[in-house]
Amino acid sequence: MSETTSKISVRGLRKSFGSKNVLSGVDFDIEEGESLVVIGGSGTGKSVLLKCILGLITPDAGEILIDGVDILKLSPFERSRKTRQIGMLFQGAALFDSLKVWENIAFRLIYGEGKASGPSRAIAVDRLAQVGLPAEVANLSPAELSGGMQKRVALARAIAADPKILFFDEPTTGLDPITADVINRLIVDRVKAVGATAISITHDMVSARKIADEIAMLYQGRIVWRGPASDILSSGNPYVDQFVNGRAEGPIKMALKSA
Amino acid sequence: MNPAAHIGRAAIAIFAEIGAMSIFALKGAFAWVSGPFYTREFLSAAIRVGFNSLPVVGLTAIFTGAALALNIYDGSARFNAETFLPQILAVSIVRELGPGFAALMVAGRSSSGMAAELGAMRVSDQIDAISTLAVDPFKYLISPRILATTIMMPFIVLVADLIGILGGWSVAVYALDFEGATYIRNIDSFLTAEDVTSGLVKAGVFGFLISVMGCYYGYKSRGGAQGVGGATRSAVVASAVAILASNYIMTSLFVDF
Repeated sequence: MSETTSKISVRGLRKSFGSKNVLSGVDFDIEEGESLVVIGGSGTGKSVLLKCILGLITPDAGEILIDGVDILKLSPFERSRKTRQIGMLFQGAALFDSLKVWENIAFRLIYGEGKASGPSRAIAVDRLAQVGLPAEVANLSPAELSGGMQKRVALARAIAADPKILFFDEPTTGLDPITADVINRLIVDRVKAVGATAISITHDMVSARKIADEIAMLYQGRIVWRGPASDILSSGNPYVDQFVNGRAEGPIKMALKSA
Repeated sequence: MNPAAHIGRAAIAIFAEIGAMSIFALKGAFAWVSGPFYTREFLSAAIRVGFNSLPVVGLTAIFTGAALALNIYDGSARFNAETFLPQILAVSIVRELGPGFAALMVAGRSSSGMAAELGAMRVSDQIDAISTLAVDPFKYLISPRILATTIMMPFIVLVADLIGILGGWSVAVYALDFEGATYIRNIDSFLTAEDVTSGLVKAGVFGFLISVMGCYYGYKSRGGAQGVGGATRSAVVASAVAILASNYIMTSLFVDF
């Protein structure tokens, strides 16, 4: 046991859907202010891992400690108070299409914290500027935006309430390389600016190396390697080597069914 | 496998589904009690379900009333009772056909609409996003829809009752040579308050069932466009069955004093 409490600790986390084991004993710690990127193929349970920590999926076994408290042992009310400090950027942006861009960004302020819409709108416009979008975007509806702009708005929404922890689910998937780089820079920039602890999941190696302090590789429901981002190309781990070099041949057999 | 095991499994699955639905309904109906109450969501659902349903419910009611007038006239003429047409028609409309037809039309419109909307939100992670933004999806999405539909449905049925009676009146006066004022007076002296209120109580229950089915199937939908399509279909079928079954139960309770 370490003397200092990690921001998030995951111990022996297991989850299966039917007969398929998605997570079979995941362990990791992440210190405050650290940025961890979890890499792994499609269907290796990366999203499930984040959803377990968020409390959206209940794991079968294991512990999830946030600030040293096992959230799985808390009542639903206490747990949601603990998970409130997590902001999440969803893979498909998941913007509310019935609301305008600024209402999306201010959603938590207005509906979660009961702030008046005037000041919330000002904060939303400020957040838009932080992700490099002009104030005119505020009154558009999400459907009018390109994929890259939707991702930026979703990032603005995730950081709107200055969360202590940020999750990014495949932040660059489906974006062109230039837009992807813009998103990567914004993530690094914003995470540093708010001093947040970040977990990102991706299979984009360029993105992983830009965002991460540390990289962990998830394979068959376990962390098979973890190390500093700078060591990723010289890990000496056959799984990691196969993945970062994108080779079809190797110890990793791709799952046929998605999780 | 053993055929008995198949039947057993199916029965357990049905009871599990009804149980899950009941828990969902209770959570949805009472989630707002501990606050906050999202007034804007409630009003927008009330307008979509209530106000926007009026044209289709009105059309259904006027044709139902008109056709019913012809049928009652034809049937009652066989034993020279056609003078009772206004009373029989009014009682049939306010107790049974007004609530029933209005509810089935609203089920087709709103139950499917809710299932499709919530289903699309579910498969695009929007419902999960609500949770991560420190808002309870039950308070924000489900409660406003259930409350709005339950409260609006009696008003829709009241309008359907009036238009249905008007449909019957038009046929009776213009095609069957009834005297307009006498027709209305006959209804007025015959109809009791219980006739109307029993229909409105039914309406509230139907509204609750319609919104619960729409929300339940939408909220639980999985697997992309096909899943949303399936959720929509299940919501409409389940609401229609729930309306007709609960209608019989309520009618037997109201009639049997």
